[in-house]
Amino acid sequence: MTAIEILDLEKSYLVGFWRKRPKLALRPLRLTIEQGEVFGFLGPNGAGKTTTLKLLMGLVFPTAGSARILGMDMDDPRVKSQIGFLPEQPYFYDHLTARELLNYYGQLSGVAAKGRSARVEQMLGRVGLSDSAGVQLRKFSKGMLQRVGLAQAILHDPKLVFLDEPMSGLDPMGRREVRDLIQQLRNEGKTVFFSTHILSDAEALCDRVGIIHQGELRGVGAVADLTSATQGKIEIIFYAKRVPASLTSLGAEAKISGDMVNAVLPEEYQDSALEVLRREHLKLISLTPVRSSLEQYYVQKVRSTEGQQVESRKEENRRGVGV
Amino acid sequence: MNSRVGYIAFNTFREAVRDRVLYNLIAFALLLSGAAILVGEISIDIERLVVVNLGLTAVSLFGVVIAIFIGIGLVSKEIDKRTLYTVLSRPVRRWEFVVGKFFGLTGTLVVNTFFMALGVFLALLYVAHKFEKMDAWVLVALYFIVLQFFIVCALALFFSSFSTPLMAAVFTFALFVIGNLSEDLRGFARVTTGLGGWLATAVAYLVPNFSALNVITQVAHGDAIPGRLILYNTVYAMLYSAMAISGAVLIFQRRNLK
Repeated sequence: MTAIEILDLEKSYLVGFWRKRPKLALRPLRLTIEQGEVFGFLGPNGAGKTTTLKLLMGLVFPTAGSARILGMDMDDPRVKSQIGFLPEQPYFYDHLTARELLNYYGQLSGVAAKGRSARVEQMLGRVGLSDSAGVQLRKFSKGMLQRVGLAQAILHDPKLVFLDEPMSGLDPMGRREVRDLIQQLRNEGKTVFFSTHILSDAEALCDRVGIIHQGELRGVGAVADLTSATQGKIEIIFYAKRVPASLTSLGAEAKISGDMVNAVLPEEYQDSALEVLRREHLKLISLTPVRSSLEQYYVQKVRSTEGQQVESRKEENRRGVGV
Repeated sequence: MNSRVGYIAFNTFREAVRDRVLYNLIAFALLLSGAAILVGEISIDIERLVVVNLGLTAVSLFGVVIAIFIGIGLVSKEIDKRTLYTVLSRPVRRWEFVVGKFFGLTGTLVVNTFFMALGVFLALLYVAHKFEKMDAWVLVALYFIVLQFFIVCALALFFSSFSTPLMAAVFTFALFVIGNLSEDLRGFARVTTGLGGWLATAVAYLVPNFSALNVITQVAHGDAIPGRLILYNTVYAMLYSAMAISGAVLIFQRRNLK
C-alpha cells in the first residue's frame, strides 16, 4: 500500500518589496513512497527538502498540486493522528520538563489519558532520557533536545514518521542512536521519510533515496541498486613498499600508503594482477570489485543538471545576443 | 470547551506562570499598591479615594503591559522558535491553537488580577481599618479591568497574526490609548459634519470603547455602577474580543509558516 503519494506538489513564494515576484521553492514534485519503506530525501541546504516536508505537514500551503498520505488527502485532519514529525533543529517550550512536554503532545495527539503516563515514560526510556525527565528543557543540550524531538514524533505510535535532518548537529554517538532508532522503526513496520544531506546515513538506512536540488527532484532509486552496480574495475590492496612495474603495465592506478599499496585496475586483468603478486611474493590483503557509491550517484545527479542548466543559460544568452 | 483548546490554554497558562518576567511585573504592581498606602496616609480624609484610584490604575496598567507583552509573543514566538511545527503537525486545527492561546493568556491575567486585587484590598483595609459596602463597587471596576484585558489580548493576537512582534505591540498599545479616549472621539464625531464626521464616527465605533470600561474614578468616589452598564460592558467586551479573535483566526488559517 502507498504511504505517500505526492502529485505535482509545487510551491512558490512572492518576494520583493511589493511581493509580486514569484520565487520557486519547489518545482512540481511527483513521488510515491510505499508503506514500510525508509525513504531518504537528499539534497544540499536550500534544495527544497524542508519545504516539501512543511507542505506535507500543512505548515505551508501549496501553490499547485496535492498529496495523499496513508490513502487520505493531506488536508484530512485524520492524517495528523497517524503521522509523527520531527522538525529540523527542534526547539521546545523552555519552561516545561521533558515529561510535561511529552504529556502535552500526547494530549494533543489524542493518546488516551489512561495509558498516557506509561507511554511517556516508555518513550523517555527509549530515547535514553529517563534520568532527565524532570529537568526543564532550557537546561537540555542540543543532542538531548533532538532526542526529545524523536520521542515526541513517535509518542502516539504513528504509522508514518517524517524526520527533517534528524542527525543534524549530533555527535557520533548521537547519530548512532538516531540511526538505531530509525532501524527499529523500520523493524516495527513503520514508514520513515527523512531528509538529510549526510549521504552515509542515507546509504546505511534507506531502502530508496530521492535527490532534490534547486527545488527539483533529480532522481529516485533503490540504494541497493545504486550501490551494487560495479564499475568494471577491481581494487587490490597488498603489502609492498613499491608498486611492481608489471602491475603498472596492466593499467593499474596505484597509491602507496605506509607499507601498503592500493591499486585499482580493469576487471579483466584480475588474474594477471594476482599472478604478479604471486610472482613477486607479495602478501594480498583484499581484492574487491569497485562499486558505485551513493555519493557518486548524488554528485552525478546534482552536477549533470547543473551542467544542463549552464548550457541552457548559455543558449539563452546566445539567443539574447542574437535578438 | 474543545479538549485540545483546553490543553493549549493550560500549557500557555503554565508557561506564562513560569515566566519570571511576569513575577517582576506583579511585584512592581504590588509595590505600587504599597505606595498607594503611603500616599493615602499623607492625604488627609481622602485616603480611600487615593488608594482605590492608584491601586486600580496600577492593576489596569500592569495588566495591559502583561497582556501586550505576552500576547504579541504568543504566536510569533512559536513561529520563530518552530514550536508551532510540532503542534500543528498533530490533529490540532489552527483555530484551536489561536483560541487556546487566547484562553491561556486571559486565564493568566485573571489569576494575576486576583493577586494584584488582593494587594489593593489589603491597602484599603490598612488605611480604612474596615471594609465598607461601597468597596463592593471596586470588584465591579476590577471586573471591567478584566474585560479590558480580554479585548487587549484579542487585539494583541490579531495584530501578531500578520505583523512583527514590535509592530503588533505598537498597534495594540496605540489602540488601547485611543480606546481610552473613545468617549471624546464620539463627542468629536457628534459635532463634526460631512466626510470628517462620517470618518470620525466610523473610527469612534471601530476602536474599542475602553472609556466605558473605566469606572475607577466613580468607584473611588464610592459611586454605584448601574447593573445595565455591567451587562452592556460584558456583552460588548465578549463581542469585540470574539471579532478580533475571529480576525486573527482568519488570517492565521491562510498564513504560510516559513
